[in-house]
Amino acid sequence: MHPAFSVIFFTVASGAGFGLFSLLFLADMFKLGGGFSQGQLVVGGLIAMGLVVFGLLASTFHLANPKNAWRAFSRFRTSWLSREGVFAVVFMPLALIYLASIMFDAPLWLRGTFGFLTAVLAWITVFSTGMIYACLKTIRQWNTPLVPANYLALGYASGSLLLLLGAVVAGLDTTPFIAMSALIIAIAAVLKAIYYFWIRSPGLTPTINTATGLTRAKVKLLDTGHTHGTFLTQEFGFRIARQQAGLFKVIVFVVGFALPGLMLVWVFNQQGGQAAAIIAVVAGLAGAAVERWLFFAEARHVVNLYHGAQRC
Amino acid sequence: MRLGLVIDLDVCVGCHACAIACKEWNASGTIGPLSDYQPYGAEPSGVWFNRIRHFEMDVYPNNKTVNFPMSCMHCEDADCVTVCPTGASYKRPEDGIVLIDQDKCMGCNYCSWACPYGARELDRSSGTMKKCTLCVDRIYDQELPVEERQPACVLTCPAHARMFGDFDDPDSAVSRTVRERSGYPLMPELNYNPTNQYLPSRRMPVIPVDTKPKGGLKAGIKQFANKLVRR
Repeated sequence: MHPAFSVIFFTVASGAGFGLFSLLFLADMFKLGGGFSQGQLVVGGLIAMGLVVFGLLASTFHLANPKNAWRAFSRFRTSWLSREGVFAVVFMPLALIYLASIMFDAPLWLRGTFGFLTAVLAWITVFSTGMIYACLKTIRQWNTPLVPANYLALGYASGSLLLLLGAVVAGLDTTPFIAMSALIIAIAAVLKAIYYFWIRSPGLTPTINTATGLTRAKVKLLDTGHTHGTFLTQEFGFRIARQQAGLFKVIVFVVGFALPGLMLVWVFNQQGGQAAAIIAVVAGLAGAAVERWLFFAEARHVVNLYHGAQRC
Repeated sequence: MRLGLVIDLDVCVGCHACAIACKEWNASGTIGPLSDYQPYGAEPSGVWFNRIRHFEMDVYPNNKTVNFPMSCMHCEDADCVTVCPTGASYKRPEDGIVLIDQDKCMGCNYCSWACPYGARELDRSSGTMKKCTLCVDRIYDQELPVEERQPACVLTCPAHARMFGDFDDPDSAVSRTVRERSGYPLMPELNYNPTNQYLPSRRMPVIPVDTKPKGGLKAGIKQFANKLVRR
């Protein structure tokens, strides 16, 4: 699959935003590290919402006809893309009510209820983002429950690093934030490792034989029938060499998981201070972006069987 | 009604006439125009509803070239329709034709990801997705003579490798042909239940071919001369 940068940007930014907002709610409810002040919670919430809005706007840049984008909310019953849009939009007012209830000292039950609803909706939205890809039967590398799991784990990992940075800046006790971040990053790394291991084996997928129905003998493509590239070759023809993919996987694990993990140790030992937390955030987001790029680059659509691939 | 095509792989000669006729008709059809990018340039490309690929089955000397026209299969369980977030993509309940409402499409490409057959292509100039309409603007046209109320690709095929009809009617020509010639759908394991069916090559005895070099003085001299003279 051709990796579209607007979509990579969108999924990384909005995933981090939704992750940050949900974890901010947890930090608020359990007064993690002594508890953020009201102003700090509101600023953190607005930053999270900013990331989400920024991501949603970026996602419209890959549309060829964005003037019809408003119609994307109309097929909630069948389309995960539509569901994701609806959930993301419903998230906004709920998140604003939650932030307002913090700002204006609303009763705790109101604050807790709306915070919980917002956090659940954030979770559902990121899950829907993953399901956009996981529901496609045409791409074996995506058609797995590991995909929404990965999207959630990475979104929350980025969010937890952002929250840790907030805790460092606010001067809170960082220990509970470090523990939370370490746990989520570990889960994300393990899930990603399982995913990379899983997509290595071909499994039962369509082959050039089932794609043509010529199942009694070896089949090969003689001619694609077009002079130059088509929409199909541009959209689905992208290929990445196995070695290159391996290198990118190492980058994902070193930059996306190991480096933030090391920075957690530094923050815990009070070394580096804010710089270590900033490096952790930047590395976590960069790692997530590389992971997302590879997620597209490694996906092989079955239409490639009509362009010469023996299997996908 | 469940309208669709039957494509006879035994007969198709791979002339691309169906693709040309399709382009010609649909350029001014309901979903048209079908934009071309640099049609006379170094890298010609553009939107086509119908593409013909060429495959080779088995290895020499048992090999056989199979020409393979492909357009929208108008699937029964069309994921391209269910994944569409705007409702632009729809399947007509009355005849099963899958169409795209050009006024609703936002060009997100998601339906093309869901299609295993590569039937959908984005038109960069209009920013909308386009695909085979089964010539919906022909087959119901009361102005045309009855025998011409067929898709342009079917009418034009010089080898009669394409048939159009109703698969819900067990006595229609397409249903009977598929039954008699063991027609099959492509990639059935994905469970899209494509309507279009393909008829396999008839199994013919292999014609023996003498591949050994001929013996004798004359052939020997010929071979010797061929080795001497560089082309």
